[in-house]
Amino acid sequence: MITDAAPARRHLAISARLQALPLGLVFAAFFVLPLVLVVVVSFWDYNDYQIIPSFTLRSYTESFEGCLDELPGLCTIFRTYASTARFCAIVWALTLVIGFTVAYFLAFHVRSSLWQMVLALVCTIPFWTSNVIRMISWIPLLGRNGLVNGGLQTLHLMDRPVEWLLYSDFSVVLAFVHLLTFFMVVPILNSLLRIDRSLIEAAYDAGASGRQTLWTVVLPLAKPGIVIGSIFVVTIVMGDFVTFGVMGGQQIASAGKIIETRLAALQFPPAAANAVILLAITLIIIRVLTRIVDIRREL
Amino acid sequence: MIPASLELVQLTKSYGANVAVQAIDLKIPGGSYACLLGPSGCGKTSTLRMVAGHEAATSGDIVLGGRNVTDLPPVQRGTAMMFQSYALFPHLTAIDNVAFPLRMRGMGKTARRAKATETLRLVDMERYAGRLPSQLSGGQQQRVALARAIITEPRMLLLDEPLSALDPFLRIRVRAELKRIQRDLGITFVHVTHGQDEAMALADVMVVMNHGVIEQAGSPREIFDTPRTEFVARFIGGHNVISTPAGPIAVRTDRIRLSRDAREDGLAAVVQAAEYQGSQVHVALDAGPGRMTALMGDAAYDADPMRPGDAVRITWSEADIRTLRPSS
Repeated sequence: MITDAAPARRHLAISARLQALPLGLVFAAFFVLPLVLVVVVSFWDYNDYQIIPSFTLRSYTESFEGCLDELPGLCTIFRTYASTARFCAIVWALTLVIGFTVAYFLAFHVRSSLWQMVLALVCTIPFWTSNVIRMISWIPLLGRNGLVNGGLQTLHLMDRPVEWLLYSDFSVVLAFVHLLTFFMVVPILNSLLRIDRSLIEAAYDAGASGRQTLWTVVLPLAKPGIVIGSIFVVTIVMGDFVTFGVMGGQQIASAGKIIETRLAALQFPPAAANAVILLAITLIIIRVLTRIVDIRREL
Repeated sequence: MIPASLELVQLTKSYGANVAVQAIDLKIPGGSYACLLGPSGCGKTSTLRMVAGHEAATSGDIVLGGRNVTDLPPVQRGTAMMFQSYALFPHLTAIDNVAFPLRMRGMGKTARRAKATETLRLVDMERYAGRLPSQLSGGQQQRVALARAIITEPRMLLLDEPLSALDPFLRIRVRAELKRIQRDLGITFVHVTHGQDEAMALADVMVVMNHGVIEQAGSPREIFDTPRTEFVARFIGGHNVISTPAGPIAVRTDRIRLSRDAREDGLAAVVQAAEYQGSQVHVALDAGPGRMTALMGDAAYDADPMRPGDAVRITWSEADIRTLRPSS
């Protein structure tokens, strides 16, 4: 028996590997290989008109140039990352609160699953147009002579246009929240729908108030969804440069914008180096998030 | 813990045009073990949930220990419910599940954990205090659920089909344990079930329900001995329901006598099957319009074994006849 079982198991292992092979190849070709190339290029040298395949730390040292001298003040790259992280935190907090509220409403207040589905689909309407068009649509609304300012002036609430509505931190956050709340709604909704209704009753039976039930039962059980949604939001905001550019009037620096500027100047090694730095920081944030909740266990 | 008596007055629950519970009246003395028994959809679970405060009564009153609690939330009623699926919080360990009601009342961590450990000991589960519900077997989860229900020292415990998820062997053990715990705590238990043997074994007061009304309430012995309606006689089993010109009557299956003498008075019947059940033999009979069952002791049966196809006469004594009201 023992001698028979071992080859059978090995056979099983081989067939399992074969089944995983196609996806593995796609993954290797389109994810691992480009990533390796980016890391390799980040260590190459360059001059004004070409990249030189020889090992150097130049792209990294130049990125952090002067940072030690300026301490305790922040150099440009640190300031940029700090600013990006701040946007990230604000957008994350807003999308979390709004996304959780929407998901909670859909899961617990909408009784029929048909309406749950219809309303969840309504949430996807912003995705029917492209990201750029959606952002540009904000301009006639929020601009100096836009609808909001016009309305405020007509109602005599303001005597001159409000300047901070567009091309400001406010408009960047607004566009992100508009764009990303849905990425919070879906995973949280999924978590909430899997909560057994009798648990809510059991909490009520145990004397829990509505708020206590939310805090001690619903929220802990929604954690996996919250973490997955947070990963979406954090990775998108950290790497974004289009939204920062369009909604910030090209005036707000961001981590993604650094890479884009380097790429536009055809300086591939420093662009790659900044991409690696961004990737490392984002991975650290995700690691912290997944330490809070073991997603693999919760799924 | 002071046990609470329960009184339902014209209690009604309707969902739109559907009436689940129809103006029922019921009195259960404090400290007794009551079983609500009936087929699915008979209104027993709705009744229990109304008593628990998880379902609003459409009309009528629920009086608990002399106090009208119809519109109070569960905590203020002094009841606790044990759910059919146990409803343990999957993210909390056994001890934190048990301590949950105390946490909601604002008790400190050390105090509530001490009390929870004590309660877990009562159901013989203190060794599993640190486990999550997913790491416990069905029977163990049930004990934890029971501990969580009794930790607040309720005056009445409401159990929604507590044994239905257990295998038959475990069911008999747990039901003995439920009875022991009820006696130890001295509080009122209201237990919903669709198994008549479960109700018979446990109940001080057995309430048979059908179509949203109470068909009969009383001690199991009373109900088995004198079923009042056709439905009760059929549902609790052990009875033959026979239609006579004067109306339906019930005769217990073990009081039926079979004779091979064709000259004797009585119902002519043909034996269909004989099922050996150990100490007794179940004889199925085709008696013209209806089927009947005779339960014979194995010795009596062995003295004159019946074979399928044998013609017999069925008789019973006058004293064993129970006149039935037709069911509503």
